[in-house]
Order: sequence, then structure tokens, then C-alpha cells
Amino acid sequence: MAERRRRVRTFEWSTAVIAAISVAAGAIVYLRDGTDRFIAILSNDLWLFTGMLPKMAAGCLIAAFVTRLLPREVVARVVGGESGIVGILIAMVMGAVLPGGPLTIYPVAGAFLLLGADVGTAVAFITAWNLLGYNRALIWELPFFGPEFVGWRILIALPLPIIAGLMARAAARAIAARGGGDQWT
Amino acid sequence: MDLIHVIGIVIGVILWGLVAALALTAAVRSKALFREGAFEGLRDFAVLIPRVLVGVVGSGYIAAVMPQDLVGHWIGPNSGLIGITIAAACGAATPGGAVVGFSIGAAALKGGAGAPQVIAYTTAWSLYTIQRLINWEIHMMAPRVVWLRAAISVPLPILAGIAAMLIGKP
Repeated sequence: MAERRRRVRTFEWSTAVIAAISVAAGAIVYLRDGTDRFIAILSNDLWLFTGMLPKMAAGCLIAAFVTRLLPREVVARVVGGESGIVGILIAMVMGAVLPGGPLTIYPVAGAFLLLGADVGTAVAFITAWNLLGYNRALIWELPFFGPEFVGWRILIALPLPIIAGLMARAAARAIAARGGGDQWT
Repeated sequence: MDLIHVIGIVIGVILWGLVAALALTAAVRSKALFREGAFEGLRDFAVLIPRVLVGVVGSGYIAAVMPQDLVGHWIGPNSGLIGITIAAACGAATPGGAVVGFSIGAAALKGGAGAPQVIAYTTAWSLYTIQRLINWEIHMMAPRVVWLRAAISVPLPILAGIAAMLIGKP
């Protein structure tokens, strides 16, 4: 777990592809619907975007400080020692709080398993990171969808890490009972 | 001023209060820690601005050229459980990074898709987009755990979509 820095690359193929498609779509709108419609779409989206900028900035700063103040080794130790429903709840909170991309998250989940947490705990952690992480919600989801959509989306997703953790635990037990082994590391 | 705006302001205050508290904690530990954190946070923000901007503005234009009746027919507000399932399958099949997933989701929402269907899409994209499972997760965790997690997660986007449909929000 030596890698600590969350690197954001300056160029990304995904963005380039979306940019190319957007330019083509923008050109079609301009030619088909005229200047007024072209500008109306632009200003509408820019308005939502600029409104969300302060929250995006806060999200980036929180992520950068949490990465430094909450070492991944500590998270792994705290969650790795827990079990039962408490373990799933703690894993869920940690998954929502810990910033970073897949490069950060999967090794932490792997470390839980090595430290003795059950597979349900690791699944709850990854599910919470995917669905409840403030990092992704603030920086990505908010400028695209606006606060009302994101708020309801997160509220709806709240129970899902617990459900996933409990189902993974039950499945692991069933697999072990049928002779599939209980080695998950 | 409506409730949504009040909540938005409260969340903004909480977030920046959190930034202040974390920055202060870092500064108390060491000046270098504070400087590094502030620098990296602001640099990430600067790098992400154009990327998110491309996606947000792009999704508006993509929505405008999408065939609305086709989108509405398959994943519109009246497409129900079938639309939710289709949207979840699309989420699993979406390649590329965050900008792709969110651009498509936002374009679909602006272009006639229903909110429960879009929630199912983004939830599936977040949980088990196939490209991320194969490119990242499988190399960093025991494959057995990855497949178990993916299998368990299959119904979750559909549950989220149904929940959104039942409460009638957003």
C-alpha cells in the first residue's frame, strides 16, 4: 500500500471521445435549430455547472486532505478487525468517506480480507464507495444532474451497501457449506 | 426561496466548514501537510474543470440530437421495470471513464428518459461496468471476490430504480 497519491491525469481518452461527439452534436443543433437554440442549451448547462463549482472545489480539497489525514492503513486496520452487522456499517461509512479511485479502493478492500474481515464487509465497503462516495457525487454527479436528483439518488442508495454486504455474507456461507471453500483472499 | 435552495446552501456551508476543519487539522500537524493538501486539491479541481465542463455542455447537445421518441419509448418515465432493466444493462455495458457514464446518463435524462431509469443506469455503471471489472478490479483483488461482488450487485440498480419509481422522486 505504498501508493498514496491520487493522480488525476491531464489527458483522458474518454473526455476526448465525448468532446468529439459533443462538437458534432453541437454542430447539428446549430445547423438544424439555429443560433438561439444553440445558445439556450449552452447557457442552461453552463449555469448549472458554475453553480456547482464551489461544491466541486470543496470536494477536491476534502479528498486531498482526507487522503493525508486518514491513512489507508488505518482504515484497513479499523475495518479489518470488525465483523457482524457493525463491521458492515463501519465498512459502509469508510467506503463513503475514503477518497480516491479504483487504484486506492480495491487494495484497501483486499487488505480487509487479509486482516480477517469477512467477504461481506469488503463488498459493503466497495458498494458504499461506488454509490455513496462524496468524491464522485460532488465532483461528477452534481454538475451533471443537479442537487435534487443527486440527493434522491443517494438517499435511495443508502441501504444498498448493507443489502450487498449481507447478501455476500450469505452467499459466501452457502458456497462454503456446499464445499466451495471459504478462502477469499 | 424554496427548500431545495436552502438545503443547497446548508450543504455548501457544511462542505466548506469541513474543508476548513480538515485544513486546520493538517496545518496543526505540519505546514508542509497543509501546503501539499491545498495544492493537490486545487490542482485536481483545475484539471477536472474542463473535463466536467465538456461532459456537462456536451450532454445538453447530445440530448438535443437524440431521437426523443425512441429514448422515451425504451427508457422513458412510462417504461417501468423493463426500462429500468434495459437502463441497468446499458450501465454495465458502458465503456470508458466517469465522463462517459455521466454524460450519457445526463443526456438520457434531458432527452426523455425517466428518472428511475437513469438512476438504474448510473447505479449499474457505478457498481459493475464490465470494462472496470476486467481492467481494474480483477487485477487488484481475488477474482473470486470480484465475481461474487458482481453477482450480488446485479439486482441492486433494479432495486434502486424501483425505489425511485415507488416514491415518485426525483
